[in-house]
Amino acid sequence: MTLTTFVTKSAFRNKRRTVLTMMSIAFSLALLTVMMTIWRAFYIDNGSEQSTQRLITRHRVSLTFSLPIYYEQKIKTVPGVVEVVPTQWFGGKYIDDKPEHFFAQFATDPQELFKVYTDFKIPADQLEAWQHDRAGAVVDSELAKKFHWKVGDRITLMGTIWDANPELTIRGIYTAPQPTQSLYFDRKYFEESVPIMKDQSGTFGILADSAADVPKVAAAVDDMFHNSPQQTKTESEKAFGLDFVAMLGNVKAFILGICGAVVFATLLVAANTMAMSIRERTREVAVLKTLGFTRKAVLTLFVGEAVVVAILAGVAGIVLGTGLMYLASHNPQAGFFQGIGVNWATKILALFLAGIVGCLAALVPSYHASQVDIVEGLRYIG
Amino acid sequence: MAIPISYNIRNLKLRKGLTIMTALGIALTVTTVVFLMALLAGLKQAFVSSGDPLNVLVLRKGSTAELSGGFDANLFPTLKNLPGIAKDKNGEPMVSGEWVVVIVLPRRDGTGEVNVTVRGMMEDGLEMRQLPADKPKVNLVEGRWFRSGQREVVVSSSIHRRFANTNVGDTIQFGKGPWQVVGIFDAGGSAYESEVWGDVNQMASDFDRQGAFASAYLRATDAASANALKNAVSDDQRLKLDGMLETDYYAKQTSSGGPIKVVGYMVGFIMGIGSIFAAMNTMYAAVAYRSREIATLRVIGFSKPSILTSFVFESLVLSLLGAMVGIILMLPFNGMSTGTSNAVTFSEVVFALRMTPTVILYAFIFALVMGFFGGLAPAWHAARQNILTALRG
Repeated sequence: MTLTTFVTKSAFRNKRRTVLTMMSIAFSLALLTVMMTIWRAFYIDNGSEQSTQRLITRHRVSLTFSLPIYYEQKIKTVPGVVEVVPTQWFGGKYIDDKPEHFFAQFATDPQELFKVYTDFKIPADQLEAWQHDRAGAVVDSELAKKFHWKVGDRITLMGTIWDANPELTIRGIYTAPQPTQSLYFDRKYFEESVPIMKDQSGTFGILADSAADVPKVAAAVDDMFHNSPQQTKTESEKAFGLDFVAMLGNVKAFILGICGAVVFATLLVAANTMAMSIRERTREVAVLKTLGFTRKAVLTLFVGEAVVVAILAGVAGIVLGTGLMYLASHNPQAGFFQGIGVNWATKILALFLAGIVGCLAALVPSYHASQVDIVEGLRYIG
Repeated sequence: MAIPISYNIRNLKLRKGLTIMTALGIALTVTTVVFLMALLAGLKQAFVSSGDPLNVLVLRKGSTAELSGGFDANLFPTLKNLPGIAKDKNGEPMVSGEWVVVIVLPRRDGTGEVNVTVRGMMEDGLEMRQLPADKPKVNLVEGRWFRSGQREVVVSSSIHRRFANTNVGDTIQFGKGPWQVVGIFDAGGSAYESEVWGDVNQMASDFDRQGAFASAYLRATDAASANALKNAVSDDQRLKLDGMLETDYYAKQTSSGGPIKVVGYMVGFIMGIGSIFAAMNTMYAAVAYRSREIATLRVIGFSKPSILTSFVFESLVLSLLGAMVGIILMLPFNGMSTGTSNAVTFSEVVFALRMTPTVILYAFIFALVMGFFGGLAPAWHAARQNILTALRG
């Protein structure tokens, strides 16, 4: 019998206990995997390569104020800027104000939109059709799927911010690397319906030369408007998105707190099991020692056993977590999780954490076991 | 005949280490769930306790929030002359035309800038929010109220705690220049707790919005006239305005807690299942240690159901212990305030973690459910084991 088989055999000597422990650890690790994935999606991922080259300019005071449209031409003159497009949040209702019917709507310039959002793909004929219909709209393919829209369908949005109900014909369906849940329509139509917004735009999307130029462009744009009545705040698309995440509250602390609780709970469960299983084997330990196993070897055996159990449970948990994440991101209602998946780095980290937890959990009971006095141990009756 | 409860309690005491570890595991799960529930409870309270059922909020038809409103100031006199409006201290109808804008303020701890709601109101607006006289919605805690016609603002106490330059005497910059902070008010955890108040005319001119109001507040004399006022506003075709009770308006905004709720249920569910397995493990161990004892109980004459009940009960005691520890662990966080964004106004809502009796009750129920499911299978196993084999073992 090799050492590995010995460890595996001891790990499963009480099958029910081991399986229950593994299930408990697996569920905790599934949650940990999900939480770490959300963390990654919010704070680490940069999105598609093109999106790292994009910036968004808005009024410095707040998103609820708009900027004059001539800023578009001025921003274009900033070195490093390739294209600029005005985008105005419309915020209308579709059908009713139930959250599942909510999606983003923007009034924009059909000639410019896809020049800035280069990673949005749309058939050339559909783009042309949209550019020729001022009451036309293009929608995200995921959104079209959700509402069963086809090219040529007519929809009506009901304005909540403004007293306008644009009637739109869907002229194109675009696909984005990450679902955007957005509809774009012509700002000329918007300006006609909402005269107060004539020559105004809430935000401008900017495409920079390269991702490296983004901070420089942001600073240059804000400097340019520093002394004008409407100052701007320009930030990368990622940072702009994070502002919305920040609105949910101290999300970082929530996620860290939950992860901490999960890891600690797992540690307790694993330690509990190891303590039980090692106490049961006090006599066996004494036998092992009689056979010539050193203290160190006994320690290694028990720690190894715990690590094996934890890693196996970790694998199950990661599979479970990946499945949960898949379900969450493919649920049409869950705009929040759209397009997030578990990546290999997260899986490896989760597995590594499982191993560490197993190791830590076994340390104290294994140490006690390795210190057992042979004669006392042989006499132990449990 | 039932097995005495003291038997279970003594058993739990006997294996202290095991009991403590399992209870702690359950406690951590309970803590996490309590945390998320307390968060939701605080958020709900911020909205539900906001507003007064006698205040009727008037918005442009079709608009769903004060931020997205805007109607002509010419309509204001018509509103003022509607029947059923209470009188202010000057004997005039108590009506306030208001503007709500969102500005950015830097956080006190330097972790960035956050959107904050600024409300411009008339003097009547201040007066109606200090009603009823015996239990006012808002109280001044420092300084004085703003004066109309002055560039003065009062800030809520939680804004004062969280944002830089918000002490009495400081000036904050927004709109077309500096505003002096002249007072701090306490709004008892309501949504007003997230606002900065100033004079409506000053504010309208700073944001180039003269000649219009985003919303109007009418103070009704009693509940019946509040309803009548609400309908009178909505039914008048010429006005093109919507009237609603201020309380209803805020109740609708609780939906901002949606994402927290989803995450809360998910975390509670998954961690709950993990804890059930852990509790099961402990109970199986407890049964295994005591198999001879259980057989003896059977021989003495205790029935299978009473053994089953006894072990399920032991598991419930274990989980209760966990729930108590979990709740105690959370107590220091009670009242800690945090901010989230109001999905309706895009501005920050400050609210506190609130361990309401409901939250605590749910935490206990949650723990008991875990204990029940964790204890059922081992108890079943204990009740069904063969007496003879067990006695010999």
